[in-house]
Amino acid sequence: MENPPLKSLYQHLILEHYRRPRNKAELPDRTVEVHMANPVCGDEIVLQLAIEGDEIRSARFAGQGCSISQASVSMMTVLLEGRKLTDADGLAARFTQMMHGDEAAAGDRALGDLRALQGVSKFPVRIKCALLGFDALLEALKQSGHTGVTSDGGDEPEGTP
Amino acid sequence: MILEAPAIARATIATPVLDPAVLRRDFPILDQEVNGRALVYLDNAATTQKPDSVLAVLESFYRRDNANVHRGIHELSRRATVAYEDARVRVARFIGAADSAEVIFTRGTTESINLMAWSWGLDVLREGDEILLTEMEHHSNVVPWQLVARRTGATLRWLEIDEHGLLNLEALPKLLNHRTRLVSLTHVSNVLGTVNPVADIVRTVRECSDALVLIDGAQAVPHLPVDVRALGCDAYAFSGHKMCGPTGIGALWARRELLDSMPPFQGGGEMISVVEREGSTWADLPHKFEAGTPNIAGAIGLGAAVDYLERVGMAAIGRHEQELLTYALDRLSEVTGFKGLGPDQVAQRSGVISFTLGDAHPHDISTILDSQGVAVRAGHHCAQLVMRRLGLPATTRASFYFYNTTEDVDRMVAALQVVREIFG
Repeated sequence: MENPPLKSLYQHLILEHYRRPRNKAELPDRTVEVHMANPVCGDEIVLQLAIEGDEIRSARFAGQGCSISQASVSMMTVLLEGRKLTDADGLAARFTQMMHGDEAAAGDRALGDLRALQGVSKFPVRIKCALLGFDALLEALKQSGHTGVTSDGGDEPEGTP
Repeated sequence: MILEAPAIARATIATPVLDPAVLRRDFPILDQEVNGRALVYLDNAATTQKPDSVLAVLESFYRRDNANVHRGIHELSRRATVAYEDARVRVARFIGAADSAEVIFTRGTTESINLMAWSWGLDVLREGDEILLTEMEHHSNVVPWQLVARRTGATLRWLEIDEHGLLNLEALPKLLNHRTRLVSLTHVSNVLGTVNPVADIVRTVRECSDALVLIDGAQAVPHLPVDVRALGCDAYAFSGHKMCGPTGIGALWARRELLDSMPPFQGGGEMISVVEREGSTWADLPHKFEAGTPNIAGAIGLGAAVDYLERVGMAAIGRHEQELLTYALDRLSEVTGFKGLGPDQVAQRSGVISFTLGDAHPHDISTILDSQGVAVRAGHHCAQLVMRRLGLPATTRASFYFYNTTEDVDRMVAALQVVREIFG
């Protein structure tokens, strides 16, 4: 493939999460569930969280869509387990910064596998795909009464159609 | 009711050919690089490109003749009015209308269908009345009827499609009865390319009910010879931008008696005869349905697009697309994992190919094709009922026009091989 941006978009890790998504299962003891969809393309995510006190005990999802949206949410759930709510909020903000081309955010180890999605920032029409899972996360935090949403530049979550 | 000659009469007179390589020179936009490759534009079901002649007419109108229509006594207004009404005559002739007053300019197919829904539908439909739609419809021929059904208490019924993407016409007589007030269906499916046998369907509707028949011709008028009188329908809607015309202009054709019986759709200037405090009387057709300053330049541009298509020849366009479709389906069958949707018989299809490719999602396919300079559409194509029937959340769609070539198909096939490289 002679097209460098394309190569940076479809990282091995992304395709790996697309094919073998982590945490794609039902969460029986969930405390919150959010359905998020992109009506333009039909990508869908149902995010389920079990929140105990100020901590996310576990995160699971269901969904269908492109490799970017599905890999992103899979990677996100891996990072959410055992995380403080404010931390989860910060993660969303950091990821959003990376999507908007912030090089420092892209080098932040806290983003884990999500760093493989850095190339998406070069494909403006696909950024929404990568953010769908985080839109669901922010909505879940809001519904759980966690109002300390400090994310700068975090897109407003969109409701389902 | 009226039953007339077969709808394809005009198509069979001759089988002329066209040379896409020559015609492409009329489309400056096609001559450019996208992502470092010569552009291959295969999203014509979404919108088509515009030839120089249409662009020239738009520019000339705004540079020399721009004025409001049907109002001023001055020279520019006279010119604008003549050009606007002349465009209506050309459009009417192009679709075989008996009278240009039966052609209402609208923003496009969506507004044309909404005009029928909110003027005719709201006025006529009562609780217990039935509207028959098909599973193949674009959302623009579904949602307006859902809205009006909710207001009036009418019920929607559905003609289903089979796994090949053909309407289940055997079920049609059973779905029609004395309560059926309207049958509204697409002439050509925007997802599957299926060309529906409209004249036959109209005949069945006439035998089994007193329902009106409205046809969504958005994907038909650009690609096949259409004669609304030969089809026998009551109303026909289409868009300019899918047939080389500008965006924001389209038309609704309907039989004069029907239009005369309908109340206005929108109120405003242009559509009235006399306005008094207690009420107003309406202008004659077609102005009754054209409230406010219309899209004058758009209509004139559509007239120029019709001229262009007539020069190319609708029969030649239809034939070229059939040949391209045959070539494309053959070449695409070489691509591992390619699964095409829609009728098996090329003769039952227009130049649209919706497909899936292994486990690669249509959005990923579309992004990769774009990186190779190939423009296609991905998603549900505003036809979620079709998608549900096929059990697919989304497809990739390539759609042709007369300026597409076998080289375009080859480029798409090569780009799909890049998808295979990435997705395995």
